[in-house]
Amino acid sequence: MEKQLLRITVNHQYHELYIEPKRLLVEVLRNELELTGTKRACSTGACCACSVILNGMAVKSCSVLAMQADECEVLTVESLAENGELTPLQKAFLDFGAFQCGFCTSGMLMSATAFLRETPKPTVDQIREALHGNLCRCTGYNSIIRAVKAVADGKYKGSSQ
Amino acid sequence: MIRDFVYFKAGTVKETLDLLDKYKDDYKIICGGQSLLILMRQGLVAPANLIDIKKVTELSYIEFDLKTGLKIGAATTHRDIEKSEIIKKHYPILVYMEENIASNQTRNWGTIGGNLCHGDPTGDPGPVFIALNALVKIADKKKERNLLLEDFFVDYFETALQDGELLLEIQIPIIAPLTAVAYEKFNIIQNDQGIVSAAVSITLTKDGDSCKDARIVLGGAASKPLRIKEAEQILMGKKLTDSLLKKAGEKASELADPVSDIHASETYRRYLAEVLTKRMVKKAWEQALTYMKR
Ligand SMILES: Cc1cc2nc3c(=O)[nH]c(=O)nc-3n(C[C@H](O)[C@H](O)[C@H](O)COP(=O)(O)OP(=O)(O)OC[C@H]3O[C@@H](n4cnc5c(N)ncnc54)[C@H](O)[C@@H]3O)c2cc1C
Repeated sequence: MEKQLLRITVNHQYHELYIEPKRLLVEVLRNELELTGTKRACSTGACCACSVILNGMAVKSCSVLAMQADECEVLTVESLAENGELTPLQKAFLDFGAFQCGFCTSGMLMSATAFLRETPKPTVDQIREALHGNLCRCTGYNSIIRAVKAVADGKYKGSSQ
Repeated sequence: MIRDFVYFKAGTVKETLDLLDKYKDDYKIICGGQSLLILMRQGLVAPANLIDIKKVTELSYIEFDLKTGLKIGAATTHRDIEKSEIIKKHYPILVYMEENIASNQTRNWGTIGGNLCHGDPTGDPGPVFIALNALVKIADKKKERNLLLEDFFVDYFETALQDGELLLEIQIPIIAPLTAVAYEKFNIIQNDQGIVSAAVSITLTKDGDSCKDARIVLGGAASKPLRIKEAEQILMGKKLTDSLLKKAGEKASELADPVSDIHASETYRRYLAEVLTKRMVKKAWEQALTYMKR
């Protein structure tokens, strides 16, 4: 199949790639750009582990054709820490032990990051609603919610979320 | 594995309709892809040509007018509907419905047109829009046509769309005075597809004494969203009583045509149809009564 040109800005860096149009965004991120922080888990759109931020919105990178992200801006988990400095949310995840096996973590971080930008002062219920699509099979939900709440409550200073 | 296809990105409605006409024999439209990509990955759908309408901005809008009502472009995302101030003010039931569809991630990218065209009988917008008496605007390269949404759904995952046709818009008339709409789906996991759902619209007579008009629509209870006109008839001209609710619920259960699957048996679905019909008629009715007091 003839490859097509994809122009995509990922983590503030512009790329021009030739890809098969059937490639999913998660495949381009992981295989072409070697950004393997984004995890592919269920591949049926049901677990949100592959969540990234596309033009400011959390989406599932397994459920978006890469070609649909042409001329778009994508942020992956690799964009969060700058010069080794973790974001408040990442720090809170560490402090609250908000992961066990870690496979859902990058999706959780990206979903929560997008959510806190939309809703900077959420209630616990709003956090639960916003993250309910992100599954954690270790069932570490409570510590994840607590970490997000701590950041929302301003307990972490530092670079932006 | 997704099978290879030739990819076209349409920029306008006209361009889309030209592409649909040109590749009439073997194409599929993709908008948000939230439903389609799952089917393509399973190899259930393998089009030779994929026509992408996600960037057709002409199809993404929410317009409201006090005379003509609400118009929603087919490529409007679930999230835009959920966040719309106009919709919140005039059709709050749609906000409630949207908040209970899937995850933020799905609603951010998935569209209302894609939801309807997917033709899933357990989808939420179908029953709610039909209770609101919605119309859909459809076009192919040669002509446009309007269709009642209740006639748009044909069978499991099948709609009235013909080859070359594109869904353009959903139109919802102004809600009549003294009318309230209620909707609920029953599911095991919150925000999952409903097992059975009921959308009910009740219009009261001027004195608020009895029911002037009713629409009862079930989701997940047949091969498509099902309007139960006989149950609506039971309510017309009557006062709200427990026995009236029971009669309407029983009629809905009787006329539902559900199947047994891993989520629920046919018997259980019929039971849900009865319970949800009763609850939603009561809820809409009581809500409409509060409009009397204003
Ligand atoms: C995890 C998950 C949970 C979900 N939960 C719910 C739920 O609780 N309730 C609910 O109602 N839905 C639910 N959905 C379905 C979701 O709402 C739909 O997947 C979404 O709205 C489809 O929109 P799309 O733009 O992604 O459509 P696509 O997947 O792009 O398209 C779907 C179908 O519509 C056709 N199509 C799209 N646009 C047009 C158009 N303008 N004209 C003609 N044909 C068109 C496509 O060819 C395809 O056949 C869920 C989906 C997922 C993945």
